[in-house]
Amino acid sequence: MAVNAPVVPETQLNLNDPQVVAEQIKTQHPDAVESVSAQGIVVKNDKLLDVARYLRDSLAFDYLNNVTSVDWQDRFEVVYNLTSMDRGGAPITLKVNAARDNPSVPSLVPVYRGADFQEREVYDLMGIRFAGHPNLRRILLWDGFEGYPLRKDYKEPYYEEEKKPFGSRWDQGYHVIAEDRNPWHDNVQYPANFDAVAYKPPRDHIQPISVEEATASRIHTDKIVLNVGPQHPSTHGVLRLRVTLEGEVVRGVEPILGYLHRNHDKIGERNTYLGNMPFTDRLDYFSSMANNLAYALAVEKLMGVKPPERAEYIRVIMAELTRWQNHAIALGFIYNDLGAFYTPLIYAMEERELVLDLFEATSGSRMMCNYMRFGGVARDVTDDFIEKCKYLVDERLPRRTDELEAYMVGNELFHARAKNVGILPRDLAINYSTAGPVLRASGVKYDIRRAEPYSIYDRFDFDIPTGTVGDLYDRFVVRVAEMRQSLKILKQALAQIPAGEIQTGKKNYQVRVPKGEAYGRAENPKGELGFYVVSDGTPNPYRYHVRGPSFINLTALNDMCVGYKIADMVVILGSIDIVMGEVDR
Amino acid sequence: MSEEKPQTSSLQVANSEQEWIDEQVRRTVWTGPWNKLLDLLDPIYNWGRRNSVWPMGFGLACCAIEMICTSATRFDIARFGMELFRASPRQADLMLVSGTVTKKIAPAIVRLYNQMAEPKYVLAMGACATGGGPFKEGYSVVSGVDKLLPVDVYVPGCPPTPQALLYGLMQLQKKIDKQSLRDAPWYRKGVAEGVPEPILGPDLIDARRLEEITALSGDPEKLAARAVKFQKPAKAEKKE
Repeated sequence: MAVNAPVVPETQLNLNDPQVVAEQIKTQHPDAVESVSAQGIVVKNDKLLDVARYLRDSLAFDYLNNVTSVDWQDRFEVVYNLTSMDRGGAPITLKVNAARDNPSVPSLVPVYRGADFQEREVYDLMGIRFAGHPNLRRILLWDGFEGYPLRKDYKEPYYEEEKKPFGSRWDQGYHVIAEDRNPWHDNVQYPANFDAVAYKPPRDHIQPISVEEATASRIHTDKIVLNVGPQHPSTHGVLRLRVTLEGEVVRGVEPILGYLHRNHDKIGERNTYLGNMPFTDRLDYFSSMANNLAYALAVEKLMGVKPPERAEYIRVIMAELTRWQNHAIALGFIYNDLGAFYTPLIYAMEERELVLDLFEATSGSRMMCNYMRFGGVARDVTDDFIEKCKYLVDERLPRRTDELEAYMVGNELFHARAKNVGILPRDLAINYSTAGPVLRASGVKYDIRRAEPYSIYDRFDFDIPTGTVGDLYDRFVVRVAEMRQSLKILKQALAQIPAGEIQTGKKNYQVRVPKGEAYGRAENPKGELGFYVVSDGTPNPYRYHVRGPSFINLTALNDMCVGYKIADMVVILGSIDIVMGEVDR
Repeated sequence: MSEEKPQTSSLQVANSEQEWIDEQVRRTVWTGPWNKLLDLLDPIYNWGRRNSVWPMGFGLACCAIEMICTSATRFDIARFGMELFRASPRQADLMLVSGTVTKKIAPAIVRLYNQMAEPKYVLAMGACATGGGPFKEGYSVVSGVDKLLPVDVYVPGCPPTPQALLYGLMQLQKKIDKQSLRDAPWYRKGVAEGVPEPILGPDLIDARRLEEITALSGDPEKLAARAVKFQKPAKAEKKE
């Protein structure tokens, strides 16, 4: 656990530099590092666990941002991004190579519990085994699915061509429809000699409860396994939870994901860089503007372009408006889960419509804005927009924030239900790689806008609200405080916004992205949204991976819920504020 | 009642009990041909149904948020009597398929549809539910909910605005208006069998095509012949 880690002495070492970190690793594990470059530190497969332990305990890299993998045709590469909560700064990249045949990498779950779901995802989609993982099963697809879709040699049923734009639709626009191209005339493919009549699907994997366990308590209560979802009003979409109950008390929660797995990663590799922008809208569909920003940041990192001043300000305005409305809705949904069905949500919805009006006026769409571009934004905002926005920010939204707080936070019933429920202690929150309000409610003062300022966030004066206990109440109050801070940033941005260009260079459908790889991240309303993009110099990304904050926050759900009542579990889930589009991607 | 009888006052004692009943029936009950009765009943019946379509609260993806917006203050779905989102399929009349239908959720959707009581309707909201949408090419997405269920109304858009959804619901109301008790399938004899649930195997298996899949997957040549290959058409001449 990170709690016992010795504090790194105040040295002059710049631990954000991979070279320096690699030198430090070499002092302890001389033969662990294979090579070092600006792209990351390549570690020997069998030494990974030792290196990770050393990094966490001695160099205070206590936070695992992201786990993903790349298929380099001749080998697989598993990529880890690590940061330090106290130091901040850009994450360092750790890489491990795995053989093409029967690839295996040691699991990092013993060091970082946040690796749990992420490693399962890599196993599911890329087919890399993680030795020592406690529960290595498919997570987004189902048991029995044939193939590992993110491998480069996997072809989907509707496979048409390797890269977009498709030559078959070029020129005159003739093409055969997808259903006709596939021999099954549907989006399916089966292995050769597949006997569908005799096929028996594998049974649902249920952790058996032992007799001793079931009869351990003095009062004889049988444990039962309850299935919540995927169609359930309180699961925020198509999430399924398998809950082990003892009476009314939760003894274990296992989220079963993948009911909204929409292949963002695979489609992203086929699309052009700009073609991915509308897909990012559909990740966290409450905050499309902020998703656009995170993706634009990742690709801009590779391209080395910087948007003009006005565009930067517009981006910040859009991102903060998004944060306000997202949190307002999140609070409404928490109340929904508490049993105050729909009424508080309607208050939030009313204000959200006003923000959506602004988005619609600028981008043309209420929800799926597709607004940011590499090196700028799609359209300029009008003076009318600024005026309306000023009215909202100066008058209406602060008033509404106060009102919502008065109704909701001051509510006595809410105190009774929320205080000391679903506690996530500080160390666990970090170890589980939770992000956003969940992390901050546990008392970690970490916000990417401060830790690694992107865009122009270093110019604004704002605070990072944190909780103390890490319970449901804190997660709620932190969100309210963040809404205030968003308004504070908005006020400053609206006062300072300059006139000028909104796009660096010419507007292009095809952008030139030099070879390389980048992990771009932004502080989204739900947490750290990261995009890991690998470019091979062609118009399409070689690898495109989304680090969904809600997905990784869910890893901690089991620890938050155990010991509380089933009615609390529903609210705890609400307090993580998940969005299935981002969880399953 | 073909025979004309002289008008009698009710005070007059009837000859027999049956005669008295006939008399009362003639006075108070309207009789006529069955079809004419239905013409009178249908508007009332449909008026009641069309203004109390209870949708099933089944948010699949992004479109669900617009569905919630539709039911919130500004758009106010309650004007159409549809604000009562039911969590249970047994209480719902309308399945609002609001979002991407993935292969993993497909069996659940079919099961929920089978559990709904007649009369039931399906509204495919958004591009994904209509035909796969932007995610159609993906390996885990069903190309539209109509591959699984009969769909009554399609609402295009990604996501459709609340106005569009309301328009779609009004189209559904029109559809309900045109239905008649005369040919309503849910009053016909014989219980309609539900849609068979698809199976999650190496890929999604349509339970209606088991034999076909088994036969064809053992015959790669025949299978390959079924795929239509794209051939690039000759370049069109430029008009000068």
